[in-house]
Amino acid sequence: MICKVAIDGTGYRLELDGESGGWRCRVNGQEVQMDAVLAQPNVLSLVIQGRVYQVRRERRDSGWRIWVGDICYATEVSDPKSLRSRKLRGDGEKGPRQLLAPMPGKVIRLLLSENSPVEAGQGVVIVEAMKMQNEIKSPKKGTLRRLAVVEGAAVNAGDVLAIVE
Amino acid sequence: MFKKILVANRGEIAVRVIRACRELGIASVAVFSNVDRAALHVLKADEAYAIGAAAASESYLDIPKILEVAQRCGADAIHPGYGFLSENAKFAQACADAKVKFIGPSAASTEMMGSKTRARQEMEKAGVPFVPGTSRGLESIDQAKKVAAEIGYPVMLKAAAGGGGKGMRMVRAASELPSALEAARSEAQRAFGDSEVYLEKAILNPRHIEMQVIGDEYGNTIYLGERECSLQRRHQKVLEEAPSPLVDPEMRRRMGEVAVRVARAAAYCNAGTVEFLVDAEKNFYFLEMNTRLQVEHPVTEMITGLDLVALQIRIAAGEKLSLKQEEVLVRGHAMECRIYAEDPDNNYFPSPGRIEMLTEPAGPGVRLDSGVYAGWTVPIEYDPLLAKLIVSGQDRPQTISRLARALQEFFVAGIKTNVSLFRRVLADEDFLAGKIDTGFLERLPASDAGAEAEKKRNADVAAIGAAVFVVLDSATRGGSNGGGTADARAGVSSWKKAARAEGLM
Repeated sequence: MICKVAIDGTGYRLELDGESGGWRCRVNGQEVQMDAVLAQPNVLSLVIQGRVYQVRRERRDSGWRIWVGDICYATEVSDPKSLRSRKLRGDGEKGPRQLLAPMPGKVIRLLLSENSPVEAGQGVVIVEAMKMQNEIKSPKKGTLRRLAVVEGAAVNAGDVLAIVE
Repeated sequence: MFKKILVANRGEIAVRVIRACRELGIASVAVFSNVDRAALHVLKADEAYAIGAAAASESYLDIPKILEVAQRCGADAIHPGYGFLSENAKFAQACADAKVKFIGPSAASTEMMGSKTRARQEMEKAGVPFVPGTSRGLESIDQAKKVAAEIGYPVMLKAAAGGGGKGMRMVRAASELPSALEAARSEAQRAFGDSEVYLEKAILNPRHIEMQVIGDEYGNTIYLGERECSLQRRHQKVLEEAPSPLVDPEMRRRMGEVAVRVARAAAYCNAGTVEFLVDAEKNFYFLEMNTRLQVEHPVTEMITGLDLVALQIRIAAGEKLSLKQEEVLVRGHAMECRIYAEDPDNNYFPSPGRIEMLTEPAGPGVRLDSGVYAGWTVPIEYDPLLAKLIVSGQDRPQTISRLARALQEFFVAGIKTNVSLFRRVLADEDFLAGKIDTGFLERLPASDAGAEAEKKRNADVAAIGAAVFVVLDSATRGGSNGGGTADARAGVSSWKKAARAEGLM
């Protein structure tokens, strides 16, 4: 089987055959001596050229995370199209930017009102989760175009709290 | 001795107390909120009763409900753990009124120490050294500005009822004072139901060293050595150790004697902790007394060989302290890592959710006090502490190597944890040399050169692993060439199908 995977954004082409008792593995065309055993669900023991590795898989909304020991890699096993689509989010200084809730919690306080000027790094909303209050700061200088939440609102991770333009 | 103890808490500390009960042959009773039915402390207890909604104020902080359960199930004592009602004098008093023994100090001692302002007034009388500032709550912003100007910036605002860094703010200039006071008051009100805030001089980058004390009901009070708790983030302790690399036997004796004096001034009985700020010249100042079991009590247990929870229970049952000061021997070294559900790559935001996978460390010198298990969902309503990894060794270097090894074995998936933070701490030269203070974690570089190099080296291993998972997934889903299942579509390979089914594409 041929697999294409992206590890932290770097593409790999792998040819794997595990059906004839042992494993045959080529990484980017190069033969690698490898053996794999599924030790537990989502936990692999790999022996690659004599070295032992524990490889774990963590499923995330955005794909997999592959852990080699205690080091974690963002991993995509999809085709390149979906990789490209991820780049479309506005990351620059221009244009509106969203303030997203980084975790589930409750909106405790709104520090600014709509259409007020805002500095980069200035607190806009306070969200409380796990008994800690966290100030959600503006990613850029501009105007607070919209407040998408009210005080007391429950929010989930990734919810839009406000838009700065 | 008690027959049955109700544990008015949750998480790892409830499990810790339940374990002590079992060892002493005492039945344990868990209480739980709506979201905690499947929590580990409920699974481990002998009996368990629901006490209400997820919000702590409607369950773990609800005094009448908890006492009602205690009386209904016939518990003769209540262990409050830490947090929640542990330092609530009204609760201690309500227990006394209900003829259920509160495992902890008297309501009067708790009340005196529970108000940091009152404690400061009492310690002033007892001649205990403490940090300059107000010994009463701030009445107005003008008063705060005046006092701050007198003692000089930076100053600390602290909740009089506080603990754990909540309701606490460092203020560097007069212009920051109004918003900081407002924030500290509101946080104190939410966390403790009391908005009283006082002010003291901020000692920059002090060490935070605390002394464990324990006293029985017959006036015997001893100290059990110090804990170094300087590694803090936002005033939350992250890693503690005992003994402190700074403290020599002579300093330990002096701090211990002051701590015992503090305890005596409060007519204190049961386990308690006297916290000190220590400056660069080894001067120590009384900070506060925590009138309960501390989160980090296990490091003291590891170096003294004592079981603090068992001692608490025995003392509450009316037993005399079984050892004298000169019988307390400090041996070896111990460290504790607090494993929090928080994301070190995203400003340590809380990361509640389902624990998909959990591998716990084991082996020589390793103790894990955990409140979680694989498959359980960490609720958002409570403190993000998942577990405490405690490691002991014959000396500090061996303890550090062991801890590094144990952390490598520790693995959590599904939620993020701060485990990677400890890897950076344990590799830091200042930490290895014992040069730590409360500013250490802020100064600690966010990058980890060792981890980066390893990450580069093993990227192809990750790629091979990912590909093996793809192959195994397709094999378990009915053969490698389209098993003819109902959703089989022409032109779609089975690994793509598998990935689609799992929402990966």
